[in-house]
Amino acid sequence: MAALYEGFTLCGLVPTQNASDSAIQGIELDGDSDHALVTDSTRSVTLYKVSDQKPLGSWTVKQGQLLTCPAVCNFQTKEYVVVSDNKVIRVWKDEDFNLDRAFKATVSADVWRVHSAPGGEPVVLFQRGAVRLLDSLLSAPQQPIEDVLSEEEVIRWSTNIVAEKQHFVLFTTEQKGEHFLYVQRLNPNTLQKYRLEREDSRSAPLSFSASLRDKHINLLYLYPNGCVYQSVVAARGYVGPEGVQALPRSLRLRLPVGEGELGAASAVALDEAHVAVVGMPHPSARTGKDFLCIWNTNFQTLQAGKEMAGRIHGQVGIRIWSYIFFASNFNQMTLYLYLALKIHFTPIYINDHSFISPQVWCYLGKLFVPHGKALSVIPYECQKSSLASALGKLRHAGIAVSKSSVAVPSWNTLLHGNQPQGPAKIVATRKSKLSRKSQSVQALTVDQVLKLIKTGPVDEVQREVEALVSRGDAQDLQLSVGQLACHLVARSQAETTFYTPGALAQLVRTQCLCHSVCPDLLLLALEHKDYFLCQLCLQLFPDIPEVVTCACLKTFISVPDGDVEMVSLEPDSVSFMEGLVVAGARGGQQNGFSPPLFEEDSCDAHHQPKPTQHQDKKNPTLQLEACPVGLHKAVLLNEVLQTPYSDNLLLPHLKDLNTQQVILFLQYLQFVYLKYSQDVYTQTPGLRSPTVTQVIDWVCLLLDAHFTVLVMAPDAKGLLSNLNSFVKSQVKLFSELGKIEGSLQGLHKMKLSKDISQYSIEVIELF
Amino acid sequence: MGELKVHRVRFFDYMPTAIRAMAFNAHTERLALARMDGSVEIFNFTDHYFQEKVIPGKDSRSIESLCWVGGRLFSAGLNGEIAEYDLENLRPKYSLEAYGGPIWTVISNTQGTQLAIGCEDGTVKLFEVLEEHIQFERNLDRQKGRIISLSWHPSGTHIAAGMMDMIRVFDVPTGHAVQRLLVDRGIGGSKSRETVVWSVAFLSDHTVVSGDSAGKVQVWDGHTGTLVKTHLVTKWDVLALSVSKDESSVVAGTSEGTVIQFQFIAPTLHQQDKEWVRTRTFKNHTHDVRALAEIETAIVSGGMDTHLVVRPLLEKFDEKSHASGLRKIHFPHRNLVSCAKKAGLLLFQFPGQLELWRLGDSDGHGKPGDRLPLKWKPEKLLLLKRKGEDHICCSALSSCGGWLAYSTVSSVRIYRLQTDNNISITKVSKLPKVLRSAHQLCFSSDSSKMFAASSQSSVLVIALTQSECKYVHTLKPKSGSRQPIHLMTTSVDGKWLAAANSDCEIHVYNLQKLKLHCIVPVYGSCPSAMGIHPTTNNLTMVHADQQLFEYSIVEKQYTDWSRKLQKQGLHNVWLDRDTPVTHVTFNPKNPNQVVLHDMHMFCIIDQSLPLPDQKTQFYNQMTLRSLSEQERPSHLHAFKICKTFQDLLCVSLLDDQSLVVVERPLLAITSQLPAPVRQKKFAT
Repeated sequence: MAALYEGFTLCGLVPTQNASDSAIQGIELDGDSDHALVTDSTRSVTLYKVSDQKPLGSWTVKQGQLLTCPAVCNFQTKEYVVVSDNKVIRVWKDEDFNLDRAFKATVSADVWRVHSAPGGEPVVLFQRGAVRLLDSLLSAPQQPIEDVLSEEEVIRWSTNIVAEKQHFVLFTTEQKGEHFLYVQRLNPNTLQKYRLEREDSRSAPLSFSASLRDKHINLLYLYPNGCVYQSVVAARGYVGPEGVQALPRSLRLRLPVGEGELGAASAVALDEAHVAVVGMPHPSARTGKDFLCIWNTNFQTLQAGKEMAGRIHGQVGIRIWSYIFFASNFNQMTLYLYLALKIHFTPIYINDHSFISPQVWCYLGKLFVPHGKALSVIPYECQKSSLASALGKLRHAGIAVSKSSVAVPSWNTLLHGNQPQGPAKIVATRKSKLSRKSQSVQALTVDQVLKLIKTGPVDEVQREVEALVSRGDAQDLQLSVGQLACHLVARSQAETTFYTPGALAQLVRTQCLCHSVCPDLLLLALEHKDYFLCQLCLQLFPDIPEVVTCACLKTFISVPDGDVEMVSLEPDSVSFMEGLVVAGARGGQQNGFSPPLFEEDSCDAHHQPKPTQHQDKKNPTLQLEACPVGLHKAVLLNEVLQTPYSDNLLLPHLKDLNTQQVILFLQYLQFVYLKYSQDVYTQTPGLRSPTVTQVIDWVCLLLDAHFTVLVMAPDAKGLLSNLNSFVKSQVKLFSELGKIEGSLQGLHKMKLSKDISQYSIEVIELF
Repeated sequence: MGELKVHRVRFFDYMPTAIRAMAFNAHTERLALARMDGSVEIFNFTDHYFQEKVIPGKDSRSIESLCWVGGRLFSAGLNGEIAEYDLENLRPKYSLEAYGGPIWTVISNTQGTQLAIGCEDGTVKLFEVLEEHIQFERNLDRQKGRIISLSWHPSGTHIAAGMMDMIRVFDVPTGHAVQRLLVDRGIGGSKSRETVVWSVAFLSDHTVVSGDSAGKVQVWDGHTGTLVKTHLVTKWDVLALSVSKDESSVVAGTSEGTVIQFQFIAPTLHQQDKEWVRTRTFKNHTHDVRALAEIETAIVSGGMDTHLVVRPLLEKFDEKSHASGLRKIHFPHRNLVSCAKKAGLLLFQFPGQLELWRLGDSDGHGKPGDRLPLKWKPEKLLLLKRKGEDHICCSALSSCGGWLAYSTVSSVRIYRLQTDNNISITKVSKLPKVLRSAHQLCFSSDSSKMFAASSQSSVLVIALTQSECKYVHTLKPKSGSRQPIHLMTTSVDGKWLAAANSDCEIHVYNLQKLKLHCIVPVYGSCPSAMGIHPTTNNLTMVHADQQLFEYSIVEKQYTDWSRKLQKQGLHNVWLDRDTPVTHVTFNPKNPNQVVLHDMHMFCIIDQSLPLPDQKTQFYNQMTLRSLSEQERPSHLHAFKICKTFQDLLCVSLLDDQSLVVVERPLLAITSQLPAPVRQKKFAT
């Protein structure tokens, strides 16, 4: 899930002469993560402290001069670099007040852009495609610059990426309607050229965005028909042959464009699954409004949207560019290793002369969007969907334990509740800082407990966790419960003597946990034979994988009855089971009632009392009264029966059961089924109990998994023949129901014939 | 009896308009009811809630409030005029500009000497009620903000006025405002919206009860101006209040369609101190309850969902009776459909237009229950829009389909119709001067004459020829009744005309001699339908109390069958029906058969069969169907009732022996209503 938070205004924008023209040329990050360097479209550069919305410094070039490239920060020297009038490179420091007095160097060719990223030197990209490191260029400013691009080729967008000491400059060009991607590696210098596949409509991409992921450069680009494609370029190793290669692409997302095409829109990759799009209308809102939306590319779903008041600015005539920084894996947040990515909004031709593309920048969990008369900063958060992790997609080892992952505990809170403030969320507005301060007493305690769990003695841990859980309000719990559980489980796994059943049970009871948040919890409970906790987990976790369900089943079946009977289990389910057993006993004594199953053809006969017949049962295994397993064991098995599963995934794991276990379980299922078929036992509403359908489904699954074995096993013979009679009685029941359905439908048709029409001529008869 | 071919017609899109105001006259037991289209209806509560009179609406007239002064009816509306109605000629007598902007309410004092109106400009204006007129007397102190509701203290000295966000109490002799009661606004989002005090009631102990747009019913002490009690009854508006005559009960109507009763009782047993306690909630409406009246034994309510509901208060009844049943009045108690029996045409009357339809046909045969394939579909031949502002009050179609006439309060129009091949309509240009307006219109069966019910129960006879129409005579009753005629019928042989007026008199005129033939003995209940038999010339009358009479015009006495029926008494099931019979026709092929209908059934009375006694199963069609041919005759009785068709506006027998039923399903009316206020239901 992803969410957009309440934004704030970083600065006002001075409207330019052209209404659709943006007042902002670029936004860059300073060395400090909270600083943003905003270059306006004409002459000035301003440094803001983002969380305070406060300008820290501003620099302006003389009247008549024009900044032609956004200022960037040289992260190594803490200097700022900007280009004015295409050829003059200026370098200055924080302390310099006057830009005119700063260092200047005039180069021999027009500069397209200066790129800078943490961990790498600034790079200068010339308009004809040549690339120089800033230092080497400044040491000899008038050095000759070669032409890389051909005559009619122009750069549309560029960015640079630093990956493991390898420095890349990426830029795309357009030539006669064809688009190319150049990947320039520095040290050693190699240049590769790729041709982008043509879109059917022959339209130009609206925007590009590049990111580094798993040692590959991912290029994301948006076309006016709403298609977002992704292409992957290997970041290291293989250097392809000379010449132009075709760049394979895959469709990541198809935005609902409606009729026509997108006039102007930009897409930025936020992480591997999320894309922020501006300039596209919200699918459920009226057109004519600009929205900022976050889409999940895995599920093709819109996850968050925000209307931007006023129009979102684009840039006319001037090519703009930006950097994008974010951690390679948001959950892991191998934090603070920034990857610098550049996005550029390719100008698109709206009419012959002007081109507009909306702007959006994305830094460290914040989106910068100039719209209306203001530059807004909108914090966002992208989290993995529970569904995704439950299905095993996108799972990364160790997610759950890392501090940053406030794993998504429950859909409920996400859908209906406010997202609580997570420790990982970097929404550093003035307000939130204040509120964080006021909450710090409590927050510390959670951390303390976490620390305590790592080392503290069992009793103390148990006490503290319980105290914390019983004290904390629901909002805070949501976040801390997952962490607490994971830490407890991790310690228990490490130390065999450490186990806190009470604390774990309490954590599970908060209902803020699910299996995907803490996958080892249930297995740990099984290991420690903590059946009560197992029962709680089975009841409360919505997402237990089939393999774990099967493991539970296997354990429950094979555990000796004596072991379980001592365990205290959830009283409701125990009382249900007691009721079931007792009802059966009573039912058996009551006027010799026997369910129709035994006498296949005695549908009517069983109304007559036949006490003798009951005793005459040929099959001694069918003792109705005897539950084949102990009471508590039955309770646990019931929990397994009620766990959600899908057949295909469950079936292979069921094969792990041995014959004895299968037969015992089948006997139990048969027992429950027979109890249910008797009308004597009326189910108490409100009690958690397996349904007949669940019982029958499990019987079918077990038979599917073990039929060949069961046929051969002599013990199972009676059981199978009974089950056969089950089936026959069910078939009979359904055929009767089918008949009823037929006549009910007949009734339905009679009613239907009286449909209303405006006019009819009917015949009636009066007597 | 056999099989019948039935034309089941559902294309009459009759749509009643919402009820806006009502006033109950306790002396005459008449309820006046105003609808959104400006029409006024008078219901006689002593005569089975029969809709006695209808004053047609007018485009420019809007009525916000009604008020009885003795037997005189006044209305006031947003057009800023006060009008008095001429209940004998069913039209406004005069109207008077009040010069205070739109008028929200009109009330009279208990003495009936003064009227007070509440105006948009913040004034309460007093008018003196004179013999034939009303005259402006003076203004009370002008207030800021409109006056929405008024209530006169029974002593006549004070008036309470509901305004925006407040209630003012005026001292009538001085004209000064003596109390200012501030009404709270709603909570939450509605805090910024002004509270409209939709209704106030001033009780004789100086208690003021108010209902407002914040959903509150509040009880105030009028002496001190203090709030005594607040009942929050709805999230929406409380639109109407009504006080019982003994002031022990107040009912409040809300936008949710509920009517809530408050009673002045001691909250605990054996305690002296009484207070206003919310007691009962009735929900008979789906939409706003705009008008309310608490009468002696019932609560009468009406609103946006267009039907009038009479909800009896069961504690006032000792035993179950006709009056103790819930009554819902959906349809007018008169015919809006005219049927040309020979031509197979239907004329539908709307307030603003007339529609002429030709019925479809089928040559197929089928067994009972079948739907026959259509040879041709019904066809809308004509849509005739009225001229002028006045709504159509009556219309008629000649049985040959060659003439069509309608009347408003200001004019009568007659048209010559040609429907055979080329449809053409020609307006008859020169009408006799005497023919200015008519309460009822009817053509003779040979279409040579038209009869128009005029003032003072007189009937104008107009001769129609191809070229002109000529005034022939005015038939005048001897009784000198001034009441309007609401029913008229002619005999097939053209010799007799029967006319019934609101005084329950039925006059039979001899059309050859052009003079009064006889007066049918006056029965206590108003006739709701009548017809003259084509062969025997017996007049069949059905009254609002469901009694049925047959009167021989020639012999000037009740027929034997009628006497027998009266002697034996009608079956209780018949008498307990709650809608009046609105149409009587005869089967020309079988002189024994009379066809009648009300809203929920039609009935064929076979006079040759034995009458049912109280023990007989009255609705016996299902039983008869299950019996064999031999057994049936022993179970037959005279009333053959068919309930297959519901919500009937007209049932008529065409000359080809096929039946026309015009249905207007209530569901179709409901579906055209605006959406009701949203109410939270469980799990939504």
